[in-house]
Amino acid sequence: MRSIPGITKPHQANLAVLKPNNAAQHIPDGYTFTRWVASMPWWTPLMILAVMALWPALAHAQSRYSTIQAFDALWRWMPFLLKSGFFFNVLISVLAMAIGTFAGVTLGLAQISLYRPIRAIAWFITQLFRNSPWLVLLFIVLLAFPFEVNIFGKIVRIPDWMKGVIGLSFPVMANISEVVRGAVQSVPTAQWEAAESLAFSRRQILWQIILPQCYKRMLPPWMNWYAILTMATPLCSLLGIEELITLSRQAMESEDNHPELLVPFFGFALLLFFAYCYPIARLTIWLERKFAVKL
Amino acid sequence: MTWTSDQPIVSIKGVHKSFGNLEVLKGISIDVMKGEVICIIGPSGSGKSTLIRCINGLNDIQSGSITVQGQEVHDPKLEMLELRKKVGMVFQQYNLFPHKTALQNVMMAPVLVLKKNKQDIEVQARNLLAKVRLQGKEDSFPGELSGGQQQRVAIARSLAMNPDVMLFDEVTAALDPETVKEVLVTIRELAEEGMTCILVTHEMGFAREVADHIYFTDRGLIVEHGPPSTFFSDAKDPRTKEFLSQIL
Repeated sequence: MRSIPGITKPHQANLAVLKPNNAAQHIPDGYTFTRWVASMPWWTPLMILAVMALWPALAHAQSRYSTIQAFDALWRWMPFLLKSGFFFNVLISVLAMAIGTFAGVTLGLAQISLYRPIRAIAWFITQLFRNSPWLVLLFIVLLAFPFEVNIFGKIVRIPDWMKGVIGLSFPVMANISEVVRGAVQSVPTAQWEAAESLAFSRRQILWQIILPQCYKRMLPPWMNWYAILTMATPLCSLLGIEELITLSRQAMESEDNHPELLVPFFGFALLLFFAYCYPIARLTIWLERKFAVKL
Repeated sequence: MTWTSDQPIVSIKGVHKSFGNLEVLKGISIDVMKGEVICIIGPSGSGKSTLIRCINGLNDIQSGSITVQGQEVHDPKLEMLELRKKVGMVFQQYNLFPHKTALQNVMMAPVLVLKKNKQDIEVQARNLLAKVRLQGKEDSFPGELSGGQQQRVAIARSLAMNPDVMLFDEVTAALDPETVKEVLVTIRELAEEGMTCILVTHEMGFAREVADHIYFTDRGLIVEHGPPSTFFSDAKDPRTKEFLSQIL
């Protein structure tokens, strides 16, 4: 093959040496975030701590606020930030994941429906919410949803944090939909044929034979999306929902907004997210490798 | 039209089947009587597997007709599930359900499809596994069994539905030479019990031994057929002769 400079890609040219094909490594598989978190070394939190401790000393030039004072302030706020702040992030993530998973499984099964219109609609919804910015979805839900609903004459207020949960569950739903569709389609068609020849109905094949084989395959991507969702919960602070980041900012304001507090407080938030997501990420990658070998 | 047992249990008439522009079956006709064992042999790509898959509706056909016990398989009004209860099929790649044990694989269809009593089915399933010489393997998962063992579970799984016809699609093609025999022994026993069997196979010795009738297909047509006693010794068509000379 003649190589044309600037046109022929290097790997198409006739090489004297056949290099191993590494193409597979460059295909994004949806685990980018989790792989990144899982690949962090064990001393990452120590580094965060060091930066937290160094920052007030660096900012010292402008004022007389020391590292000790900054950490003292953080220490006082810590229980509040944990209980009222981070706990709330976890709650939002758990609820959004629950709603998103339920809706996503339904949508994913609709994507493999026998009926073309249902498939088309489910595909469209999936792509729409999968490719929309999360923050846009959050704002739409916040502004479009009523702040109270009338259920059988009873006025029920929808708190803002509930809207945050709903807003975050949309992208989760769309991504879980793709996970379900992909997992079902990854089961060899021979399994469908074997079940068909035993007179199983389509519904039975799906629920008794195909889906039980998918749970293992769906678990790592599902956990991956949970970690991504958890890291996205601070988006809610932009809606004024009182989660960890909102409360950290309020805490710093009540401590007279010393610039020295910025890194210790946000560093603490970072540490909390790291402590929560790191084990999930490690477990996800471990499960992913374990199941991949057995397929 | 009601079917009586003196009529062919499976009747294939002038079946044409294409995948896109590729015509795989070009007018195939075969009659199978109850209790008969039919072997379909022929070179790869001659449409053997396609034909056998048409019999239980896994593939559709363009023209012609296939009836099982007098019922048109490709009649859109036919309740496909009812047909498939009567026709068992065993595949080349076993296709056991990997998340279920051997016993569960055998029990699943009778319990979920035929809605039979679970205790009765378990007794029957254990007997079937014993029949295919797999006592003690009831609680093994397919991944823990050898190819030959998996294939015998697959046979037991099909038999658990009490089919009237069994289809075997190159069931020994993926097996080691030493495990081929254990599967063939099982099929031979079935044939001797009077089960109607349609086999696609490359095991000529086995075909000669168990078949009542042998069909040789090439390029979508039946070139020659006859009982094994005459088929292997007095083949007339040059294509059959050539094929047999390569195989035997």
